[in-house]
Amino acid sequence: MREVTIVGIGQIPVSEYWTRSLRHMAHDALMAAWQDSGVEEVDTLYVGNALADELSDQKQLGALVADFIGQRGIAAARVEAGDASGALALHQAYLAVASGMYDTALVVGVEQMSAALPVEVISATARFLDQEYEATMGATLNSIFALMMRRYMYEYKVPRDAFFAFPSTAHQNAVNNPNAMFRKAIKESTYKRIAMISEPLNMFDVAPICDGAAAVMLCATDKLPVLRHDGPPPVRIAASTVATDAVAVHDRQDPLFLEAAFISSQLAYRQATLNQTDIQLFELHDSSSIMAALSLEACGLAPRGEGARAAAEGLIALDGPAPISTMGGLKARGNPAGATGIYQVVEIAQQLREETGANHISGAQAGLAQSIGGTGATAVTHILTQL
Amino acid sequence: MHIAQNWRLKAQRYRLVGEVCEHCGAKIFPPRDICPNCSHSAKESFEFSGRGEVYSFSALSETAEKFQRFRPYTMALVKLEEGPLVTAQLTDVEPDKVKIGMPVEMVTRRLMEEGNEGIILYGYKFRPMLDKVA
Ligand SMILES: [Zn+2]
Repeated sequence: MREVTIVGIGQIPVSEYWTRSLRHMAHDALMAAWQDSGVEEVDTLYVGNALADELSDQKQLGALVADFIGQRGIAAARVEAGDASGALALHQAYLAVASGMYDTALVVGVEQMSAALPVEVISATARFLDQEYEATMGATLNSIFALMMRRYMYEYKVPRDAFFAFPSTAHQNAVNNPNAMFRKAIKESTYKRIAMISEPLNMFDVAPICDGAAAVMLCATDKLPVLRHDGPPPVRIAASTVATDAVAVHDRQDPLFLEAAFISSQLAYRQATLNQTDIQLFELHDSSSIMAALSLEACGLAPRGEGARAAAEGLIALDGPAPISTMGGLKARGNPAGATGIYQVVEIAQQLREETGANHISGAQAGLAQSIGGTGATAVTHILTQL
Repeated sequence: MHIAQNWRLKAQRYRLVGEVCEHCGAKIFPPRDICPNCSHSAKESFEFSGRGEVYSFSALSETAEKFQRFRPYTMALVKLEEGPLVTAQLTDVEPDKVKIGMPVEMVTRRLMEEGNEGIILYGYKFRPMLDKVA
Protein backbone atom coordinates (compact mmCIF):
# COMPACT_ATOMS: atom_id res chain seq x y z
CA MET A 1 0.00 0.00 0.00
CA ARG A 2 1.25 3.46 -0.94
CA GLU A 3 1.07 6.56 1.20
CA VAL A 4 -1.65 9.02 0.15
CA THR A 5 -1.81 12.80 0.53
CA ILE A 6 -4.54 15.41 0.28
CA VAL A 7 -3.20 17.99 -2.14
CA GLY A 8 -6.31 20.12 -2.67
CA ILE A 9 -9.39 21.12 -0.69
CA GLY A 10 -12.62 22.90 -1.62
CA GLN A 11 -15.95 23.74 -0.03
CA ILE A 12 -19.00 25.89 -0.56
CA PRO A 13 -20.66 27.60 2.40
CA VAL A 14 -23.20 25.33 4.12
CA SER A 15 -26.51 27.03 3.48
CA GLU A 16 -29.84 26.65 1.70
CA TYR A 17 -29.30 26.63 -2.06
CA TRP A 18 -32.38 27.45 -4.08
CA THR A 19 -30.73 28.06 -7.45
CA ARG A 20 -27.97 25.41 -7.43
CA SER A 21 -28.79 21.69 -7.65
CA LEU A 22 -26.74 18.69 -6.51
CA ARG A 23 -24.57 18.63 -9.63
CA HIS A 24 -23.82 22.36 -9.41
CA MET A 25 -22.90 22.22 -5.74
CA ALA A 26 -20.66 19.18 -6.34
CA HIS A 27 -19.06 21.00 -9.27
CA ASP A 28 -18.26 24.12 -7.26
CA ALA A 29 -16.56 22.18 -4.44
CA LEU A 30 -14.69 19.84 -6.82
CA MET A 31 -13.37 22.63 -9.02
CA ALA A 32 -12.17 24.53 -5.94
CA ALA A 33 -10.32 21.42 -4.71
CA TRP A 34 -8.88 20.69 -8.13
CA GLN A 35 -7.69 24.25 -8.63
CA ASP A 36 -6.15 24.24 -5.15
CA SER A 37 -4.30 20.98 -5.81
CA GLY A 38 -1.84 21.88 -8.58
CA VAL A 39 -2.60 18.46 -10.11
CA GLU A 40 -3.36 18.29 -13.85
CA GLU A 41 -5.22 15.02 -14.31
CA VAL A 42 -7.77 13.17 -12.25
CA ASP A 43 -7.99 9.36 -12.53
CA THR A 44 -11.17 8.58 -10.58
CA LEU A 45 -14.06 10.24 -8.74
CA TYR A 46 -15.94 9.22 -5.58
CA VAL A 47 -19.20 10.90 -4.57
CA GLY A 48 -20.47 10.67 -1.01
CA ASN A 49 -24.21 11.25 -0.79
CA ALA A 50 -26.97 9.97 1.49
CA LEU A 51 -30.31 11.28 0.30
CA ALA A 52 -30.33 11.94 -3.46
CA ASP A 53 -32.69 8.98 -4.10
CA GLU A 54 -35.33 10.27 -1.69
CA LEU A 55 -34.95 14.03 -2.03
CA SER A 56 -33.73 14.57 -5.62
CA ASP A 57 -35.00 11.40 -7.38
CA GLN A 58 -31.45 10.76 -8.61
CA LYS A 59 -29.20 7.72 -8.69
CA GLN A 60 -25.87 7.15 -10.53
CA LEU A 61 -24.34 10.25 -8.98
CA GLY A 62 -20.84 9.01 -9.84
CA ALA A 63 -21.47 9.27 -13.57
CA LEU A 64 -23.64 12.37 -13.26
CA VAL A 65 -21.00 14.37 -11.42
CA ALA A 66 -18.07 13.04 -13.48
CA ASP A 67 -19.81 14.22 -16.63
CA PHE A 68 -20.78 17.55 -15.11
CA ILE A 69 -17.18 18.42 -14.21
CA GLY A 70 -16.04 17.66 -17.76
CA GLN A 71 -14.63 14.22 -16.96
CA ARG A 72 -17.04 11.99 -18.88
CA GLY A 73 -15.36 8.61 -19.21
CA ILE A 74 -13.45 8.29 -15.92
CA ALA A 75 -14.18 5.66 -13.28
CA ALA A 76 -16.68 7.03 -10.75
CA ALA A 77 -18.84 5.74 -7.90
CA ARG A 78 -21.37 6.99 -5.37
CA VAL A 79 -20.93 5.79 -1.80
CA GLU A 80 -23.70 5.67 0.83
CA ALA A 81 -23.59 5.14 4.59
CA GLY A 82 -26.09 7.65 5.99
CA ASP A 83 -24.37 10.79 7.20
CA ALA A 84 -21.01 8.95 7.07
CA SER A 85 -21.31 8.76 3.25
CA GLY A 86 -18.71 11.45 2.55
CA ALA A 87 -16.14 9.95 4.90
CA LEU A 88 -16.74 6.45 3.52
CA ALA A 89 -16.31 7.83 -0.03
CA LEU A 90 -12.95 9.25 1.08
CA HIS A 91 -11.97 5.87 2.53
CA GLN A 92 -12.79 4.17 -0.79
CA ALA A 93 -10.80 6.77 -2.73
CA TYR A 94 -7.93 6.37 -0.29
CA LEU A 95 -7.92 2.60 -0.95
CA ALA A 96 -8.05 3.20 -4.70
CA VAL A 97 -4.93 5.39 -4.62
CA ALA A 98 -3.10 3.46 -1.90
CA SER A 99 -3.56 0.24 -3.86
CA GLY A 100 -1.68 1.66 -6.83
CA MET A 101 -4.66 1.40 -9.17
CA TYR A 102 -5.00 5.18 -9.48
CA ASP A 103 -2.53 8.01 -8.84
CA THR A 104 -5.04 10.79 -8.27
CA ALA A 105 -8.64 10.80 -7.06
CA LEU A 106 -11.26 13.45 -6.48
CA VAL A 107 -13.75 12.97 -3.65
CA VAL A 108 -16.83 15.08 -3.07
CA GLY A 109 -19.47 14.91 -0.39
CA VAL A 110 -22.67 16.59 -1.52
CA GLU A 111 -26.17 16.88 -0.11
CA GLN A 112 -29.26 18.89 -0.87
CA MET A 113 -31.95 18.74 1.81
CA SER A 114 -33.49 22.19 2.13
CA ALA A 115 -35.70 22.07 -0.97
CA ALA A 116 -37.70 19.21 0.58
CA LEU A 117 -40.31 19.71 3.29
CA PRO A 118 -38.99 19.05 6.82
CA VAL A 119 -41.31 16.02 7.10
CA GLU A 120 -39.79 14.57 3.92
CA VAL A 121 -36.30 14.99 5.36
CA ILE A 122 -37.40 13.34 8.61
CA SER A 123 -38.87 10.41 6.63
CA ALA A 124 -35.70 10.12 4.54
CA THR A 125 -33.24 10.23 7.45
CA ALA A 126 -35.38 7.66 9.33
CA ARG A 127 -33.93 5.30 6.73
CA PHE A 128 -30.56 5.61 8.50
CA LEU A 129 -32.29 3.46 11.16
CA ASP A 130 -33.36 -0.18 11.01
CA GLN A 131 -36.50 0.17 8.87
CA GLU A 132 -38.21 -3.02 10.03
CA TYR A 133 -37.64 -2.68 13.78
CA GLU A 134 -37.08 1.03 14.48
CA ALA A 135 -38.54 3.32 11.79
CA THR A 136 -41.71 1.23 11.28
CA MET A 137 -42.41 1.52 14.99
CA GLY A 138 -42.57 5.31 14.58
CA ALA A 139 -38.97 6.16 15.45
CA THR A 140 -37.17 9.08 13.84
CA LEU A 141 -33.42 9.65 13.94
CA ASN A 142 -33.83 12.35 16.58
CA SER A 143 -36.12 10.16 18.70
CA ILE A 144 -33.42 7.46 18.88
CA PHE A 145 -30.87 10.11 19.91
CA ALA A 146 -33.38 11.16 22.57
CA LEU A 147 -33.72 7.59 23.88
CA MET A 148 -29.94 7.34 24.15
CA MET A 149 -29.71 10.75 25.83
CA ARG A 150 -32.42 10.03 28.43
CA ARG A 151 -30.81 6.70 29.38
CA TYR A 152 -27.37 8.36 29.52
CA MET A 153 -28.68 11.06 31.88
CA TYR A 154 -30.29 8.37 34.06
CA GLU A 155 -27.41 5.92 34.14
CA TYR A 156 -24.60 8.44 34.66
CA LYS A 157 -26.63 11.03 36.63
CA VAL A 158 -25.88 13.80 34.14
CA PRO A 159 -28.10 16.90 34.17
CA ARG A 160 -29.48 17.94 30.76
CA ASP A 161 -27.78 21.33 30.97
CA ALA A 162 -24.33 19.65 30.91
CA PHE A 163 -24.95 19.01 27.20
CA PHE A 164 -25.07 22.77 26.53
CA ALA A 165 -21.26 22.69 26.14
CA PHE A 166 -21.61 21.01 22.73
CA PRO A 167 -23.89 23.49 20.88
CA SER A 168 -22.26 26.35 22.75
CA THR A 169 -18.72 25.44 21.63
CA ALA A 170 -19.88 24.68 18.08
CA HIS A 171 -21.68 28.00 17.66
CA GLN A 172 -18.83 29.94 19.24
CA ASN A 173 -16.33 28.39 16.81
CA ALA A 174 -18.58 28.89 13.78
CA VAL A 175 -18.49 32.66 14.26
CA ASN A 176 -15.09 32.72 12.54
CA ASN A 177 -15.95 30.23 9.78
CA PRO A 178 -17.25 31.92 6.61
CA ASN A 179 -18.51 28.50 5.39
CA ALA A 180 -20.64 27.82 8.48
CA MET A 181 -24.43 27.98 8.52
CA PHE A 182 -24.90 29.51 12.00
CA ARG A 183 -22.29 32.15 12.81
CA LYS A 184 -23.72 33.35 16.10
CA ALA A 185 -22.97 32.34 19.67
CA ILE A 186 -25.88 30.98 21.74
CA LYS A 187 -26.81 31.67 25.36
CA GLU A 188 -27.38 29.10 28.06
CA SER A 189 -30.65 30.80 29.02
CA THR A 190 -31.92 30.22 25.48
CA TYR A 191 -30.76 26.58 25.53
CA LYS A 192 -32.76 26.02 28.71
CA ARG A 193 -36.05 27.29 27.29
CA ILE A 194 -35.93 26.40 23.59
CA ALA A 195 -38.51 23.96 22.24
CA MET A 196 -38.11 20.20 22.60
CA ILE A 197 -37.90 18.08 19.45
CA SER A 198 -37.99 14.74 21.18
CA GLU A 199 -37.59 14.94 24.94
CA PRO A 200 -34.95 15.45 26.38
CA LEU A 201 -33.45 16.53 23.05
CA ASN A 202 -34.14 20.17 22.17
CA MET A 203 -33.66 22.22 19.00
CA PHE A 204 -30.15 23.29 20.02
CA ASP A 205 -29.10 19.68 20.56
CA VAL A 206 -29.38 18.74 16.89
CA ALA A 207 -27.68 19.81 13.68
CA PRO A 208 -29.77 21.70 11.10
CA ILE A 209 -31.25 20.59 7.78
CA CYS A 210 -29.03 22.22 5.14
CA ASP A 211 -27.23 21.93 1.80
CA GLY A 212 -23.52 21.70 1.13
CA ALA A 213 -20.62 20.24 -0.80
CA ALA A 214 -16.97 19.78 0.10
CA ALA A 215 -14.19 18.11 -1.86
CA VAL A 216 -10.59 16.92 -1.70
CA MET A 217 -8.03 15.87 -4.28
CA LEU A 218 -5.90 12.86 -3.34
CA CYS A 219 -2.51 12.06 -4.80
CA ALA A 220 -0.10 9.17 -4.22
CA THR A 221 2.79 10.60 -2.19
CA ASP A 222 5.41 8.92 -4.41
CA LYS A 223 3.92 10.64 -7.47
CA LEU A 224 3.84 14.16 -6.01
CA PRO A 225 7.03 15.37 -7.76
CA VAL A 226 5.79 14.16 -11.16
CA LEU A 227 2.11 15.02 -11.01
CA ARG A 228 2.13 18.27 -9.13
CA HIS A 229 3.60 21.60 -10.17
CA ASP A 230 2.70 23.93 -7.32
CA GLY A 231 0.08 24.37 -4.60
CA PRO A 232 -0.26 24.45 -0.83
CA PRO A 233 1.59 22.02 1.47
CA PRO A 234 0.20 18.48 1.07
CA VAL A 235 -1.45 16.86 4.08
CA ARG A 236 -0.78 13.17 4.73
CA ILE A 237 -3.59 10.68 5.35
CA ALA A 238 -1.95 8.85 8.24
CA ALA A 239 -4.98 6.64 8.85
CA SER A 240 -8.25 5.78 7.14
CA THR A 241 -10.37 3.18 8.92
CA VAL A 242 -13.95 1.90 8.99
CA ALA A 243 -15.88 -0.16 11.52
CA THR A 244 -19.52 -1.20 11.86
CA ASP A 245 -22.06 -2.00 14.55
CA ALA A 246 -25.70 -3.14 14.63
CA VAL A 247 -27.89 -0.60 12.82
CA ALA A 248 -30.57 -0.70 15.54
CA VAL A 249 -29.53 0.69 18.91
CA HIS A 250 -31.61 -2.01 20.65
CA ASP A 251 -29.42 -4.70 19.02
CA ARG A 252 -26.14 -3.33 20.42
CA GLN A 253 -24.10 -4.84 23.20
CA ASP A 254 -24.40 -1.54 25.08
CA PRO A 255 -26.80 1.11 23.74
CA LEU A 256 -24.66 3.81 25.37
CA PHE A 257 -21.37 2.84 23.77
CA LEU A 258 -20.47 3.57 20.15
CA GLU A 259 -18.60 0.35 19.45
CA ALA A 260 -17.96 1.14 15.76
CA ALA A 261 -16.57 4.56 16.66
CA PHE A 262 -14.37 2.93 19.30
CA ILE A 263 -13.03 0.26 16.94
CA SER A 264 -12.40 2.62 14.03
CA SER A 265 -10.61 5.14 16.27
CA GLN A 266 -8.44 2.40 17.81
CA LEU A 267 -7.54 1.11 14.34
CA ALA A 268 -6.75 4.67 13.27
CA TYR A 269 -4.45 5.39 16.23
CA ARG A 270 -2.65 2.14 15.43
CA GLN A 271 -2.38 2.81 11.69
CA ALA A 272 -1.02 6.30 12.32
CA THR A 273 1.15 5.09 15.24
CA LEU A 274 -0.14 8.03 17.27
CA ASN A 275 -1.80 8.34 20.68
CA GLN A 276 -4.67 10.69 21.47
CA THR A 277 -2.11 13.00 23.09
CA ASP A 278 -0.18 13.31 19.80
CA ILE A 279 -3.30 14.72 18.12
CA GLN A 280 -4.19 18.37 18.61
CA LEU A 281 -7.76 18.51 17.29
CA PHE A 282 -10.75 16.24 16.74
CA GLU A 283 -13.65 16.78 14.38
CA LEU A 284 -16.25 14.44 15.87
CA HIS A 285 -19.77 13.56 14.77
CA ASP A 286 -21.84 16.04 16.81
CA SER A 287 -25.07 15.40 14.87
CA SER A 288 -26.70 15.65 18.31
CA SER A 289 -25.31 16.56 21.71
CA ILE A 290 -25.55 12.95 22.89
CA MET A 291 -23.62 11.71 19.83
CA ALA A 292 -20.88 14.25 20.63
CA ALA A 293 -20.65 13.00 24.23
CA LEU A 294 -20.58 9.33 23.18
CA SER A 295 -18.00 10.08 20.45
CA LEU A 296 -15.65 11.66 22.99
CA GLU A 297 -15.93 8.48 25.05
CA ALA A 298 -15.53 6.14 22.06
CA CYS A 299 -12.38 7.94 20.92
CA GLY A 300 -10.83 7.64 24.38
CA LEU A 301 -11.00 11.38 25.08
CA ALA A 302 -13.29 11.04 28.10
CA PRO A 303 -14.13 8.12 30.44
CA ARG A 304 -17.48 6.33 29.99
CA GLY A 305 -20.32 8.52 31.22
CA GLU A 306 -18.08 11.56 31.55
CA GLY A 307 -18.20 12.99 28.00
CA ALA A 308 -20.81 15.67 28.66
CA ARG A 309 -19.41 16.68 32.05
CA ALA A 310 -15.84 16.84 30.69
CA ALA A 311 -17.07 19.00 27.79
CA ALA A 312 -18.79 21.35 30.24
CA GLU A 313 -15.49 21.62 32.12
CA GLY A 314 -13.54 22.80 29.08
CA LEU A 315 -12.21 19.59 27.47
CA ILE A 316 -13.46 20.51 23.99
CA ALA A 317 -12.70 24.25 23.89
CA LEU A 318 -10.26 25.60 21.27
CA ASP A 319 -7.64 25.93 24.02
CA GLY A 320 -8.69 22.73 25.82
CA PRO A 321 -6.90 19.36 25.72
CA ALA A 322 -9.24 17.91 23.03
CA PRO A 323 -10.74 20.67 20.86
CA ILE A 324 -13.69 19.50 18.76
CA SER A 325 -15.94 21.25 16.21
CA THR A 326 -13.15 23.79 15.70
CA MET A 327 -14.93 25.38 12.72
CA GLY A 328 -18.45 24.87 14.05
CA GLY A 329 -18.90 21.11 13.79
CA LEU A 330 -22.08 19.49 12.50
CA LYS A 331 -24.13 21.58 14.90
CA ALA A 332 -23.16 25.06 13.66
CA ARG A 333 -21.23 24.61 10.42
CA GLY A 334 -24.11 22.34 9.49
CA ASN A 335 -24.68 18.63 8.80
CA PRO A 336 -25.44 18.27 5.08
CA ALA A 337 -25.56 14.50 5.63
CA GLY A 338 -23.41 12.93 2.90
CA ALA A 339 -21.18 16.00 2.63
CA THR A 340 -20.36 16.27 6.32
CA GLY A 341 -17.46 13.81 6.44
CA ILE A 342 -15.60 15.77 3.77
CA TYR A 343 -16.21 19.13 5.48
CA GLN A 344 -14.58 17.66 8.61
CA VAL A 345 -11.51 16.53 6.65
CA VAL A 346 -11.27 19.83 4.76
CA GLU A 347 -11.35 21.70 8.07
CA ILE A 348 -8.55 19.58 9.53
CA ALA A 349 -6.48 20.19 6.38
CA GLN A 350 -7.16 23.92 6.84
CA GLN A 351 -5.96 23.69 10.45
CA LEU A 352 -2.77 21.87 9.42
CA ARG A 353 -2.21 24.41 6.63
CA GLU A 354 -2.82 27.25 9.12
CA GLU A 355 -5.74 28.67 7.17
CA THR A 356 -8.22 28.85 10.03
CA GLY A 357 -7.56 32.39 11.26
CA ALA A 358 -8.64 33.07 14.83
CA ASN A 359 -9.66 29.41 15.29
CA HIS A 360 -6.22 28.02 14.52
CA ILE A 361 -5.12 25.38 17.02
CA SER A 362 -1.58 26.44 17.78
CA GLY A 363 0.97 23.74 17.09
CA ALA A 364 -1.53 21.57 15.19
CA GLN A 365 0.43 18.79 13.51
CA ALA A 366 -2.19 16.05 13.53
CA GLY A 367 -5.98 16.03 13.49
CA LEU A 368 -8.62 13.30 13.69
CA ALA A 369 -11.94 13.35 11.83
CA GLN A 370 -14.63 10.84 12.72
CA SER A 371 -17.88 10.52 10.83
CA ILE A 372 -20.78 8.33 11.94
CA GLY A 373 -23.75 6.98 10.00
CA GLY A 374 -27.06 7.59 11.79
CA THR A 375 -26.91 6.47 15.41
CA GLY A 376 -23.56 4.66 15.14
CA ALA A 377 -23.76 1.74 12.71
CA THR A 378 -20.93 2.95 10.43
CA ALA A 379 -17.95 4.84 11.79
CA VAL A 380 -15.16 6.19 9.61
CA THR A 381 -12.03 7.68 11.14
CA HIS A 382 -9.29 9.63 9.37
CA ILE A 383 -6.10 10.98 10.91
CA LEU A 384 -4.33 13.69 8.95
CA THR A 385 -0.79 14.92 9.62
CA GLN A 386 1.58 17.43 8.15
CA LEU A 387 3.76 15.80 5.52
CA MET B 1 -42.17 -0.59 3.22
CA HIS B 2 -44.05 -2.79 0.76
CA ILE B 3 -46.91 -5.13 1.63
CA ALA B 4 -44.80 -8.29 1.32
CA GLN B 5 -42.06 -6.77 3.45
CA ASN B 6 -44.59 -6.14 6.21
CA TRP B 7 -46.38 -9.48 5.76
CA ARG B 8 -43.12 -11.39 6.28
CA LEU B 9 -42.84 -9.78 9.72
CA LYS B 10 -46.29 -10.71 11.01
CA ALA B 11 -45.11 -13.26 13.58
CA GLN B 12 -42.76 -10.70 15.09
CA ARG B 13 -45.23 -7.84 14.93
CA TYR B 14 -48.28 -9.64 16.37
CA ARG B 15 -46.77 -12.20 18.73
CA LEU B 16 -43.19 -11.10 19.45
CA VAL B 17 -41.79 -14.30 17.97
CA GLY B 18 -38.02 -14.36 18.19
CA GLU B 19 -35.54 -17.15 18.65
CA VAL B 20 -33.75 -19.09 21.31
CA CYS B 21 -30.15 -20.12 20.67
CA GLU B 22 -29.71 -23.92 20.96
CA HIS B 23 -26.07 -23.42 21.88
CA CYS B 24 -26.03 -20.80 24.63
CA GLY B 25 -29.71 -20.38 25.46
CA ALA B 26 -29.80 -16.67 24.62
CA LYS B 27 -33.27 -15.33 23.79
CA ILE B 28 -33.14 -13.30 20.61
CA PHE B 29 -35.45 -10.55 19.38
CA PRO B 30 -35.75 -9.53 16.59
CA PRO B 31 -34.92 -12.94 15.06
CA ARG B 32 -31.59 -12.81 13.27
CA ASP B 33 -30.51 -16.36 12.35
CA ILE B 34 -27.08 -15.99 13.96
CA CYS B 35 -26.88 -15.67 17.73
CA PRO B 36 -25.33 -12.29 18.66
CA ASN B 37 -24.11 -13.85 21.88
CA CYS B 38 -22.17 -16.92 20.62
CA SER B 39 -22.25 -16.56 16.78
CA HIS B 40 -23.79 -20.02 16.28
CA SER B 41 -26.81 -20.29 14.04
CA ALA B 42 -30.10 -19.78 15.87
CA LYS B 43 -33.16 -21.31 14.25
CA GLU B 44 -35.55 -22.32 17.03
CA SER B 45 -38.55 -20.01 17.41
CA PHE B 46 -39.34 -18.54 20.77
CA GLU B 47 -42.41 -16.53 21.69
CA PHE B 48 -41.67 -13.77 24.17
CA SER B 49 -44.01 -13.13 27.11
CA GLY B 50 -44.46 -9.50 26.10
CA ARG B 51 -43.59 -8.33 29.61
CA GLY B 52 -40.76 -5.97 30.35
CA GLU B 53 -39.83 -2.55 31.68
CA VAL B 54 -39.13 0.89 30.26
CA TYR B 55 -35.39 1.29 29.60
CA SER B 56 -35.72 4.76 28.06
CA PHE B 57 -38.48 6.91 26.54
CA SER B 58 -39.10 10.10 24.60
CA ALA B 59 -42.25 12.05 23.77
CA LEU B 60 -42.01 13.38 20.25
CA SER B 61 -44.02 15.65 18.01
CA GLU B 62 -41.74 15.62 14.97
CA THR B 63 -42.47 12.44 12.99
CA ALA B 64 -42.06 10.82 9.59
CA GLU B 65 -44.84 11.24 7.03
CA LYS B 66 -46.74 8.02 7.75
CA PHE B 67 -46.96 8.83 11.46
CA GLN B 68 -48.09 12.45 11.16
CA ARG B 69 -51.71 11.82 12.12
CA PHE B 70 -50.71 9.85 15.23
CA ARG B 71 -48.74 12.73 16.77
CA PRO B 72 -47.78 13.21 19.52
CA TYR B 73 -46.65 9.84 20.81
CA THR B 74 -44.01 8.34 23.05
CA MET B 75 -41.18 6.16 21.76
CA ALA B 76 -39.44 3.80 24.13
CA LEU B 77 -36.75 1.22 24.48
CA VAL B 78 -38.33 -1.65 26.40
CA LYS B 79 -36.23 -4.27 28.17
CA LEU B 80 -38.09 -7.57 27.80
CA GLU B 81 -38.01 -9.82 30.86
CA GLU B 82 -36.20 -12.47 28.79
CA GLY B 83 -33.34 -10.02 28.07
CA PRO B 84 -33.53 -8.24 24.69
CA LEU B 85 -34.28 -4.57 24.16
CA VAL B 86 -36.98 -3.54 21.66
CA THR B 87 -37.86 -0.17 20.16
CA ALA B 88 -41.60 0.48 20.34
CA GLN B 89 -44.25 3.05 21.19
CA LEU B 90 -45.85 3.32 24.59
CA THR B 91 -49.64 3.54 24.66
CA ASP B 92 -52.46 4.14 27.15
CA VAL B 93 -50.22 6.36 29.26
CA GLU B 94 -49.53 10.11 29.49
CA PRO B 95 -45.88 10.97 28.71
CA ASP B 96 -45.41 12.72 32.07
CA LYS B 97 -46.41 9.51 33.89
CA VAL B 98 -43.71 7.38 32.25
CA LYS B 99 -40.62 6.46 34.25
CA ILE B 100 -37.55 4.41 33.54
CA GLY B 101 -38.10 1.00 35.15
CA MET B 102 -41.90 1.13 34.79
CA PRO B 103 -43.35 -2.38 34.15
CA VAL B 104 -45.06 -2.63 30.74
CA GLU B 105 -46.73 -5.30 28.63
CA MET B 106 -47.20 -5.76 24.92
CA VAL B 107 -50.46 -4.98 23.14
CA THR B 108 -51.34 -5.01 19.43
CA ARG B 109 -52.28 -1.60 18.04
CA ARG B 110 -52.40 0.33 14.81
CA LEU B 111 -48.90 1.58 13.98
CA MET B 112 -49.49 3.72 10.90
CA GLU B 113 -51.43 4.28 7.71
CA GLU B 114 -50.09 4.92 4.25
CA GLY B 115 -52.59 7.48 2.96
CA ASN B 116 -56.24 6.65 2.13
CA GLU B 117 -55.48 3.81 -0.27
CA GLY B 118 -52.34 2.39 1.33
CA ILE B 119 -51.85 -0.27 3.96
CA ILE B 120 -52.84 0.03 7.60
CA LEU B 121 -50.14 -1.51 9.70
CA TYR B 122 -50.69 -3.18 13.08
CA GLY B 123 -48.01 -4.28 15.48
CA TYR B 124 -46.72 -4.22 19.04
CA LYS B 125 -46.83 -1.31 21.42
CA PHE B 126 -46.38 -1.42 25.19
CA ARG B 127 -48.72 -0.19 27.94
CA PRO B 128 -48.31 0.01 31.70
CA MET B 129 -48.77 -3.49 33.12
CA LEU B 130 -52.38 -3.69 34.27
CA ASP B 131 -51.94 -5.80 37.40
CA LYS B 132 -49.21 -3.43 38.60
CA VAL B 133 -51.37 -0.32 38.23
CA ALA B 134 -53.17 0.76 41.39
ZN1 LIG C 1 -25.92 -18.39 21.29
